[in-house]
Parts: sequence; structure tokens; C-alpha cells
Amino acid sequence: MFENISLAFQGIWGHKMRSFLTMLGIIIGIASIITIVSTIKGTNDQIKESLIGAGTNAVTVQLSQDGSVYDMSWRGVPAGVLPITEDTRLQLADLDNVVAVSLFCRRQVDSYASDVAYQNNSYSGELYGVDRDFFTVNGFRLTQGRGFLADDETKFRKVAILDSGACSTLFGNASPVGELIEIKGEPYTVVGVVERSASSDFVIESIRDYDMYADTSGGKVFIPLADWPIAYRFDEPQGVVLKAASTDDMTRIGQQAEDLLTASQIADPNSGFSYKSDDLMDQAAQIQKLSNATNNQLLWIAGISLLVGGIGVMNIMLVTVSERTREIGLKKAIGARKRRILWQFLTEAAALTSIGGVLGVAAGVGLSQFIASAMGTPTAVSYPAIAVAVLFSMFIGVVFGMIPAIKAANLNPIDALRRE
Amino acid sequence: MLLEMHDICKDYPQGREVVKILKNVELTIDEGDYLAIMGPSGSGKTTLMNLIGCLDVPTSGTYRLNGEDVSRASENRLADVRNSTLGFVFQSFYLLPKLSARENVALPLLYAGVKKRERLRRADEALRMVGLGERLDFMPNQLSGGQQQRVAIARAMINNPKLLLADEPTGALDSASGHQVMDLFDELNAKGATIVLITHEPKVGQRAKRLRRILDGMLLREGEGGGENG
Repeated sequence: MFENISLAFQGIWGHKMRSFLTMLGIIIGIASIITIVSTIKGTNDQIKESLIGAGTNAVTVQLSQDGSVYDMSWRGVPAGVLPITEDTRLQLADLDNVVAVSLFCRRQVDSYASDVAYQNNSYSGELYGVDRDFFTVNGFRLTQGRGFLADDETKFRKVAILDSGACSTLFGNASPVGELIEIKGEPYTVVGVVERSASSDFVIESIRDYDMYADTSGGKVFIPLADWPIAYRFDEPQGVVLKAASTDDMTRIGQQAEDLLTASQIADPNSGFSYKSDDLMDQAAQIQKLSNATNNQLLWIAGISLLVGGIGVMNIMLVTVSERTREIGLKKAIGARKRRILWQFLTEAAALTSIGGVLGVAAGVGLSQFIASAMGTPTAVSYPAIAVAVLFSMFIGVVFGMIPAIKAANLNPIDALRRE
Repeated sequence: MLLEMHDICKDYPQGREVVKILKNVELTIDEGDYLAIMGPSGSGKTTLMNLIGCLDVPTSGTYRLNGEDVSRASENRLADVRNSTLGFVFQSFYLLPKLSARENVALPLLYAGVKKRERLRRADEALRMVGLGERLDFMPNQLSGGQQQRVAIARAMINNPKLLLADEPTGALDSASGHQVMDLFDELNAKGATIVLITHEPKVGQRAKRLRRILDGMLLREGEGGGENG
């Protein structure tokens, strides 16, 4: 076997030009497949990262009724749903691979109601009651002032943080830090301004129905969760944001949190209330499926070039067999069995296409890197795809080498020796 | 008795007709024998050589080689017999051009399943025996015709075959090289090798211990037919 392989490589090396031209079809086919697969994987990784993870791996779990998010702005505090206790929060934090847990309340506010106002400017958008961890868990970055402190919560300080959208609506270009704004008739001191990192913004734009982060024109205003009952007079059931250790944990953590909260917070299971996580993984999978569908067609086309390459290999192997008729005849005369001749030519064909496959992989990786840098589209090298590509090119060699090898093995030694 | 052919016939279909190439051949060879088979071209001597060499099977008749009936053996069995029992020397050497002398000589041992180190050791030995111990790593195109034929003889002898078959071994050589090759055959025979030589040259044929002529597919008895074809 080893003997055959080294002989095969000698044979290939002995005909460098011809071997390379024969391999070219395989090289091109494998290179285009690797390029396409790398691009698919790059795009998928990008979708997964920017859509789901956004570097934050945040899973949001909210109260829903009959399948859609329950919005307390219009429907008031729900009956039979309890606020999340510290106990329950700790249970959530204990789930596998949960890094952090943050609670929040949320309502829509309208400018005509002057729920949130600064002097004569009022504001339409969202009002959040959040704990201190909310900003880090959701990937907000402080651009001015400070975040919430432990004292803000324990002393029920009336402090507020604006996002950049709310900031520009209420203050224009002026700095808001230290100014007083009015929230539900109470004065709050603005202590900081936050904004999302750029990659997180992609999240908001790409998911139509992901209304929690729906970027309303007004933006967001945050107050400490402890102050929420001051503004709205009741303890409300909160939503939860869980930070997962890795993107792959998100779906499972979301489901576990759903089950835990639905069981602990909802008094009457027949009320139609339940806790739902935003299943971003599922949405990402759907987008990935779409991009895969188009790319699969490309793969088929690249497959055709492999077929053409395989036929080229068969053609050259047939030529090789007739060139080496005397060699085959001699080998049979001195005692080589049929099977050995068969293996010799199969090995040679497989070695030829395997080298082609390896060169094709190298060319494909290079090409996808080039495309990545030239066009800015993401690529990621897929190691399973490389392994499959090399094995598959070897397989092509065996398949298309079969006919020439059988022809060689079946040569009659007498005729083969006599032929000049 | 090493070789025993009884009532061997070989037919080839040619168009609609069947041509009888060999007719009722009777042949026995003992160990240590040195037989030349002589005949003009078209007499059937190459076909007879192919049958003796287990490259082909007879249409009818029985052929026992080394105690085994090979006239109905399978293709694989014939390959094994060629490998272990027979050694071939051809008119145009048939050395593989991309292998060195020792690699060419070692080739039959590959098919016999001998390990590489052992193969090369025995090949070197065989090459020294034919007087080419200085040219182990030469490629065939670096050797003269006579040297190439001696490499081929070393290859034929490496398996210690029961029977050495030579088909016009001097046909492609000048007379000096031809003499060297024939001297080598004498030497091998003196050491106990059984040799069958096929030729159309009387000078070559007469160097064998026994001479049989073949004419029109019929193998004549010893001493017959000398006048016409000699």
C-alpha cells in the first residue's frame, strides 16, 4: 500500500505539467466550494453574533399574554402576576452558565401626556425602571456622567439616565448632566448618558417585531427600579435580562427562565399569562436558512466543475494506462495479480485528485481571505468543510480512476507485452 | 519431472475460422535441463512459450508444472505461479525505465510479499551474480543493451525459479553482448538452473543441451527437422 502511494507520487512528480493541468479542474472546483462555504460560514457567524449575541449574549424574558408581550402602558398592572422577588432572582442567577441577571420595568410614555419633560420639551419614547446591572448586561456604554449606584436604590434617590436619543430630544446639544427633568410629575436629576455600542444597534434594526428594543424616535429614559412604584404607584411584574456565558447557551437559558418564571410568578396557569424569552436563535436560524438556500445553489454549480475535473482525471488516466501498457504487461508477467494493478492505478488517480484537493483548499482559503479584505464580506474558514473537501476529492479520484484502473487490470499480459 | 505437457493444442479464432496454432504438443523437461526450442517466425514458438510461461492456457491438453496442473488454473493462481516458479527473460528486456537496476530486479519480490530491506538485499546479490555489482543504482538508460539484459536475467532469477524462460534473449544484442548473455545461461545451468530458450538463431540454439524444433505448430522430436531449418 505504502509502496503504491510512493510510486503514485513519483509518477505524478514525473509528469509535473500534465499532472498539474489534470488537477486544475479539481483545484478550481474545490477552491470555489471552500470559498463559498467560508463565505456562508462567515455570514452565518456574523448573523449569529450581531443578531443574537451582539457581544452581550443577553436573553430577555418578559410577561406575555396569549403569545404576545404584555404591555403595561395600555393594559395596566396584570392581575394574578406577582412581582419577581429577590429569591426568584437568585434562582435565575443560579441557572447553568448565567453570568448576570437584571430586572427591569418598562412603559411607553407620550409627549402629549407630558410623562417625561424638561422645561417645555416633552418626550415620546420608553421609560425604564432598571437595576444597576441593566446597562452592562445589555451592552450600554456610559458616555457622560455616572451610572446608578447602590445608594440610588436604597435611598430611593430620584435620579435618571438618558440614552442619546432621549438626550437629544430633551436637551438638543446641551449637556443634560445635573439638570432636572420631570417624570410623572416628580423631579429627577439627570446623572448620566448612555448609548449602545454600534454592533448592538444592528440588533434593533434587524428584528422587526423585537419591540423591546424598538428604537422609537424619542429613545429611552432610565430611572432606578426602586423608584418605579413612585412613578406608577404599584409594584409591577418585571421583565428579566439574563446574560449567558456563550451564545450557544442562550436558547436553553431562555427556556429554563421561562419555565421558572411561569411557575413562580403566575398564580393561575389558565389566565393566559406566561413568560416568554425572545427566541433570537430561532430568528437567526431563519435568516441563516435563507442565506444557505442561495449559497447551496452556488455549491451545486461548483460541484459541476468538480465533475468536469473528475472527467479530466479519467481522461488522463486512460492515456496513462495506454502509455504504460508494457509496464502493466511486464508486471503481470512477473506475477502481479489483477488486484494489485487495479490498486496501483486507483492509488495514482486518488493521489492526483487528493493533491488537487489540498491545493484547491489552499487556493479557496486564500481566495476567501482576498474576498473578505477586498469586499468587506465576512468569511470564516470551516475546518470540517476542508476535511470533507479533501476526502471528497480523493473519492473523485477513486470514482473516476475506476474505469482506467479496471482497463489496466484486465489487460492480457501477452498482448500488453507485444504492444510497442 | 519438472514440466510435462501432454497433447496440448491451442486455437485462436481468426474472423470466422479457427486457426490451430499448436497441434498435439508433447514436451517433458527435467530439473537441470537446458532446452532450446527453435523455429521460424509463425511456427507457434511464441505461443508455446506463453503456455509454458503460464501467460496463457491451452485450448485442450494437460500441462503439469512442478507437480501442479496449471492448464485449468485461475488467473490469480497463474500470476502466483509465474511469480514463484518461473523467471522470464524477454528479447527487449522490459525493464521499467523509472526504476533503478536494483529496483527493477527487486520487483518480483514485491509481489511475493517480501519486505523492502530484504528485497533490495537480494536484488544486490542477484546483480552481483550477473556481474553488475558496480551498477546497482544505474537507471536502465544508463546501461548498455547487454547490461540491461543481464539486469533482466537477475530479475528473472531473484525468486530462485524452478524454470527460467528466455524468449529470444540475444535478439536485440550485438554478438559480443549476445555471447556474454549465453555464457551467463551456461553458468546458471551449470549451477543447476533449468532453462528453456526460445530462438530462431541456430548458433544460439546449439548452445543448449537439447534442441527441439517447432514447425507449423508441431513440436518435432529431438534430432528431427535439422536440415530444413538449421
